[in-house]
Amino acid sequence: MTEKKFMAGNEAIAEAAVQAGCRCYFGYPITPQNEIGEYMSWRLPQVGGCYLQAESEVASIYMVFGAAGAGTRVMTSSSSPGISLMQEGISYIAAAELPCVIVNMMRAGPGLGGIQPSQSDYFQATKGGGHGDYHMLVLAPHTAQEAVNLTMLAFDLADKYRNPVMILGDGNIGQMMEPVEFKSPEKPFVARKEWIVTGAKNRPRNIIKTLFLDPVILEKRNLAMGAKLREAVKNEVRFEPYMIEDADIVIAAYGTVARIAKTAIKILREKGLKVGLLRPISLYPFPYQAFAQTAERVKSILVVEMSLGQMVEDVKLAVCGKSRVHFYCRVGGMVPSYDEIVAEVEKIAKEAK
Amino acid sequence: MEMEMVSGRPKTLLPVPTHYCPGCGHGVIHRLVAEVIDGLGIREKTVVVAPVGCAVLLYNYFDVDAYEAAHGRAPAIATGCKRVNPELVVFTYQGDGDFAAIGTAEAVHVAARGEKITTIFVNNAVYGMTGGQMAPTTLLGQKTTTTTSGRASETAGFPIRMSEMIATLPGAAYVARVSVSSPKNVAQAKMAVRKAFETQIKGLGYSLVEFLSQCPTNWHMTPVESVRWVEEQMVPYYPLGELKVPKEEY
Amino acid sequence: MGKVVIDEEFCKGCTLCINACPQHLLRTAKRVSKTSYHPAELVDPEGKCTGCGLCALVCPDAAIQVYREKKAGVKEK
Repeated sequence: MTEKKFMAGNEAIAEAAVQAGCRCYFGYPITPQNEIGEYMSWRLPQVGGCYLQAESEVASIYMVFGAAGAGTRVMTSSSSPGISLMQEGISYIAAAELPCVIVNMMRAGPGLGGIQPSQSDYFQATKGGGHGDYHMLVLAPHTAQEAVNLTMLAFDLADKYRNPVMILGDGNIGQMMEPVEFKSPEKPFVARKEWIVTGAKNRPRNIIKTLFLDPVILEKRNLAMGAKLREAVKNEVRFEPYMIEDADIVIAAYGTVARIAKTAIKILREKGLKVGLLRPISLYPFPYQAFAQTAERVKSILVVEMSLGQMVEDVKLAVCGKSRVHFYCRVGGMVPSYDEIVAEVEKIAKEAK
Repeated sequence: MEMEMVSGRPKTLLPVPTHYCPGCGHGVIHRLVAEVIDGLGIREKTVVVAPVGCAVLLYNYFDVDAYEAAHGRAPAIATGCKRVNPELVVFTYQGDGDFAAIGTAEAVHVAARGEKITTIFVNNAVYGMTGGQMAPTTLLGQKTTTTTSGRASETAGFPIRMSEMIATLPGAAYVARVSVSSPKNVAQAKMAVRKAFETQIKGLGYSLVEFLSQCPTNWHMTPVESVRWVEEQMVPYYPLGELKVPKEEY
Repeated sequence: MGKVVIDEEFCKGCTLCINACPQHLLRTAKRVSKTSYHPAELVDPEGKCTGCGLCALVCPDAAIQVYREKKAGVKEK
């Protein structure tokens, strides 16, 4: 299917999942991502899949655990407060090395917060969230088309690494309607799954568990998890350099903010300022090297986030003092306008003179 | 005089000495479930979801595919598994913390959905694994490590009758409460377990067997005293019997 | 008519079988098993055991095998 369809981001993500082979969805309604579950409720039965509205996000994530253990491609989605409820389950899924995709359409927090977009779950997504040593692979689309592509990629990565993968978006990306097309991957990843629970017929029983009371064994498992994540760090870094080759000032932003930054850059370039954007696509693994290399040439990096400052810490870590890191944010559901970003860059440019 | 063996270890119960305390009800319940699995010939398509609690290691004893669940979430995991492979026989095995405290939402909703799985609910009126704290099923006046003067309703509320609650839901097709406190009760318990699994296999809905079980260690009794306590103290509050049966005949 | 064999690898000496035997043919052994329990043992010098199986029904450790005299024409369990 290569015809273009006009779809909201949430719906596009759901359709992309189905086309990637997802046959189970468990979720609970929460704004601003209800369209994902609603879409799945009629789409999955069409392909013989299973849609179930669970009694809570807690139940949802454990239904995902069950279905993933049974060998199917499975997804859930939620928004910030619901993702908080899922943290224990995500820790269990990572510990049991089960593949799944989790979509978080971030909304303003903390607490019940608001329903407008935000990026204040970056720490939760990339640094942990649940207990124990694990990481989700985290992908951040900035358009509906990219959301489609990354959702399809997410299922392959989940199977490749036997790990949960998160699509980190926000209400803007979920609600905005854009033309998208669905292209099946040329070489879909087919995972060997001898470990799944399907009934112990003609083989020893399979046990999906995460309790290992012997620390000798548990250390081995944790070290193996670390090795697996290092492989992901080596192979799965994704980012977009946008007009940074000749830039004096580079903006660092992801998701919705990156799109707004691109408009700001167009305006700034017309004003004669050499500005670019380094847009992380994978938030875990974070493109540390790309930022380090950029910091060698560039005097100032402006990190713009819809949070009080989360990704900026990773940028500072990467840059290691080689370049000055500035920060601008809007929070509480407020979305920065391109004017504000233009003004911030102009301020930085003036100070640099 | 030629003798034949008329009773022995069921095949599905692995010859592994268990970690359960002497006299603990879990051992009998495991054996009954294993006997039913053998009797129905379903070992190769049975999946168990283990709880958090003393029975967390039950996958070491049952020769079937298994998941280990987070506390209280076994019914959700079982749902995910069963929806992917409806031909499997999926059962959860849960204690009072798992089913009647942290997992009560999952317990109610798996029954409300009429999910075609079975729950073996082991009610021993106490939290065993963690050293004997009050459970939602602890009786009024019962002493535990968190009700040292005996459970008082003004501060700690009243014990929950899970089977009666679940039986009110249309999706729950078979609900029974049994005990393993005497040979007669053990025999009747086995029949209930068999009916519960048959309910699932026939696709009639959710099935629940609540076992009144003895915990000699945390009740501070000998095993023989503890089975007497089940019959004299627990049964009056948690009556035995089939609370709900499907309309279909067996 | 019947006999029981108690496997000391599994018996934890809980005495539920002793409590259940209608003929009082089981007792706690004085010796200690490899697993540090006093296991139950059958003491049946007069051959009173009927193989009723009540002991095995209540055993939490599947430690008891029950044997019964084979009767001609009786259906197997």
